[in-house]
Amino acid sequence: MTSRADELQAFLDRTPFARFLGMRCDIRGDEMTAILPFQDKFIGNKAINAMHGGCTGAFLELTTMAQVFLSSELKRPPKPINVTIDYLRSAKGEDLYARAIVHKLGRRMASVRAEAWQAERDKPVAALQAHFLVAEDS
Amino acid sequence: MAEENSGDDTLFRLMQQNASRIMTNVPWAQALGFELTEIQKGRAFAKVKWREDLIGDPDTGVIHGGVLTALLDNLCGAAISAALTKPMSMATLDLRIDYMRPAQKGRDILAEAECYHVTRNVAFTRAWAYHETREKVIATAAGAFALNDISRWASGNEAVELARNVLGDQT
Repeated sequence: MTSRADELQAFLDRTPFARFLGMRCDIRGDEMTAILPFQDKFIGNKAINAMHGGCTGAFLELTTMAQVFLSSELKRPPKPINVTIDYLRSAKGEDLYARAIVHKLGRRMASVRAEAWQAERDKPVAALQAHFLVAEDS
Repeated sequence: MAEENSGDDTLFRLMQQNASRIMTNVPWAQALGFELTEIQKGRAFAKVKWREDLIGDPDTGVIHGGVLTALLDNLCGAAISAALTKPMSMATLDLRIDYMRPAQKGRDILAEAECYHVTRNVAFTRAWAYHETREKVIATAAGAFALNDISRWASGNEAVELARNVLGDQT
């Protein structure tokens, strides 16, 4: 698991968009928490200091991608087939956290769900359901 | 179209006149380099230039899906504003993105969104991202947005804010 975590970190470090977001992954045992330290550029609505839905969505998409990578033996990141995002609450201009669960990891497809929260884990701001192509040769 | 779309089109004309400002007023849209290129009744068009720091796969140079999510989400919001006759605040309820093919390295991404139905509380949208034409689409989106009366809520999205600023007390 540790080496897999290192590989994930190496991937995030060399992925420009992950660096643009400044996302980190904290891995303890077999559990990963993705962390998005707040930056001003994440704002979607200056009037109420709310984070942009597209920013929350992008962070959740990277979180699911990271979790699939961590749970598999893929050499490269999985390719997204589709994502569905539920916006549950307005995200404030604060740090964002997320965890993902891989519901199914097959030979070709992975189905995964993630939730993002801020102050309280029990009050998620958004949830994302994603399907990824995990076949190594495609 | 729904009743909400007939009648006064002051908001629509304001949006058309101020199209370029609508995206740059949103920090996240500005950070990703989104440009609103055209507004029609209930439709919005945008462009995002290919950029090194938006790459999601360092081996192929493909733009990250999250950039498309943000672009289509934003554009759906603009299309809704262009379908409304009075400024309302809106919040994305859900958004589904289907990735048809990867965006090509070095090429700009174009996108368009349409708001095809509006009720008192909800607006429904579809959107497409592509290179050059809709024949070869990179991603499609379907979204539902909650609408809120601006007078009951002391805020709004970029278009609403813009309209409030320009219209002043009239709203």
